[in-house]
Amino acid sequence: MSLYKLDNKLLDTVALPRRRRRKNDGLTIKPLTNVIFNILVGAFAISAIIPFLMVVSISFTEESAISKYGYRLFHTDFSLKAYEYVFSASDQIYRSFFVSVVVTVLGTILCLFMTSSYAYPLYRRTFPFKKFLSLYNFFTMMFSGGLVPTYLVMTQLLHLKNTIWALIIGGALNSFWVFIMRTFYSTTIPESLIDSAMIDGCTEFKIYYKIVLPISLPALATLGLFTAVGYWNSWFEALLYIEKAELVPLQYMLMQIERNIQYLIDNAHTLDTQQLEYMRANLPAQSVRNAITVIVVLPIALSYPFFQKYFIRGITIGAVKG
Amino acid sequence: MTKKKKFKENFLRNIPLLLMALPGIVYIFVLRYIPIYGIIIAFKDFRIHKNGFLYSLMTSKWVGFKNFEFLFKTQDAKIIFRNTIGYSLLFLFLGMIFQIIVALLLLEMTNRRTVKVYQTLIIFPHFLSMVIVAFFVYVFLAPNEGVINNMLMAMGFQKIEWYMEPKYWPYILTIVTLWKGTGYGSIMYLATITGFDQELYEAAVIDGATKWQQTTNITLPLLKPIISIMLILGLSNVLGADFGLFYQVPRNIPMLNPATNVIPTFVYRALMNMGNIVMPAAAGLLQSVAGFILIIVANTVVRMINPENSLF
Repeated sequence: MSLYKLDNKLLDTVALPRRRRRKNDGLTIKPLTNVIFNILVGAFAISAIIPFLMVVSISFTEESAISKYGYRLFHTDFSLKAYEYVFSASDQIYRSFFVSVVVTVLGTILCLFMTSSYAYPLYRRTFPFKKFLSLYNFFTMMFSGGLVPTYLVMTQLLHLKNTIWALIIGGALNSFWVFIMRTFYSTTIPESLIDSAMIDGCTEFKIYYKIVLPISLPALATLGLFTAVGYWNSWFEALLYIEKAELVPLQYMLMQIERNIQYLIDNAHTLDTQQLEYMRANLPAQSVRNAITVIVVLPIALSYPFFQKYFIRGITIGAVKG
Repeated sequence: MTKKKKFKENFLRNIPLLLMALPGIVYIFVLRYIPIYGIIIAFKDFRIHKNGFLYSLMTSKWVGFKNFEFLFKTQDAKIIFRNTIGYSLLFLFLGMIFQIIVALLLLEMTNRRTVKVYQTLIIFPHFLSMVIVAFFVYVFLAPNEGVINNMLMAMGFQKIEWYMEPKYWPYILTIVTLWKGTGYGSIMYLATITGFDQELYEAAVIDGATKWQQTTNITLPLLKPIISIMLILGLSNVLGADFGLFYQVPRNIPMLNPATNVIPTFVYRALMNMGNIVMPAAAGLLQSVAGFILIIVANTVVRMINPENSLF
């Protein structure tokens, strides 16, 4: 199976082939073609960040200007009111931020621990159960019980509804990454190193802790980054399992606000004016919703330039059989 | 030595390694295999008993394929299967074409520094949650403040009620999918292409091959293995869909359901809004079984054509 043949992409970034660039050497495209390619990809690249920039811009705009001119990229009526409101109107944003941070940190640590410690025995040549445990894990990648049984196990068997663990446990082991890590171990850690440590009297735990973990730090960094982004971005678990306000993560908080607004729009004709007025007064303004969105994306947008290398590394892992 | 004895000896000798794997073994058993066992709900008249989940699972009455009959009698059934399969295939093929094209463009551009910048920018959407993406889409499509309606009005057109008309949504969902996934996929293909032997291209140039001929005769054929793996994985997921895309981006508006209801959204709504357990379980089971069969079939077919290109 090609999962065994995965190249060790964990240490590479995408290095474009070095070609000697000469005019008309047949390997390089013509200057005009290059311009056209740049326009095409450049337009796509700009479109990838325009929406975010637009939301940032709206969040710093006076509410009246939004109602007057609608959403646009450049506004002139600069205002910090939205952020003042977000940080002072209620505790919910702090609580949700805290929940998201806790879930991200705990979840990432747990996932790194579970994934790497399950992958390590699978890499050991002498381990007699490695075939069985590989298959045991591999089968769950091909076949899953689906939402309903999983939901029932979480709520009826483990009783995790309205606990922070409901937000963490679903992603606490990544089956695909088990194989990636196993391949990483087998391509970077020679068995002879393990053997000689054994002869020196190291226990299995000590070998794992003192030798294997330090060597696999770069791989764990990539896995950790992707896991953290995944936890930060997760909302489905909250949608299923969380009803208590103090356990609502940021993504779900934004989602609830948008859901309430949509509810208002959908049911405007059935509510009387008093109810409508009440709901309108209690719903956040346009600029506020945009400000919340900025706050939700910010940790990713800020870490992005610093960890760019790891982000790209993580993607190229998907490039099997290169 | 008997098998049992050998097992015991192996077991005892490898206790430390087994202990390391133990958290994972238990986790996979409880959170993956018990739900897999739970698929029998689809064939039962499942009722929650106070003695707990496993007790209810074992004591509920078998009803054969009744739940599937109910599922196919609902008026949603046709729509959700049509939508799920249609979107899956559309996203799979269109996505792949766009990803490969962008990868090839990135590869050929001569200005390396800007290419790096492009790479960084185009993968950004991949790291945003669907909640955020849905918000972005709303900024563009909102009935009154939305960017697109503003532009339409400025140009003297009528504004369009995007969130009331199902007919626009196949296009909107396709654009969102391509916007979010093309960058990510193209970097993956690019990483594969950069691993190809450069001498092939140099030899082709000596033979007088144009850039276009190099692409069609060297790059694309060499991409066959990864393309076939992506196809196997994609086809096996033909009854699956990104719940977030179909739930968040159309803002869960019932009016749009003809164009946006897919199996995962149907399963979720039946379970959480209607409190129905068995019907969504039946739909979920179909999805899992079809996925499993399709991945085996697709893989076998690919292996028969060329064993090198198969997934396993």
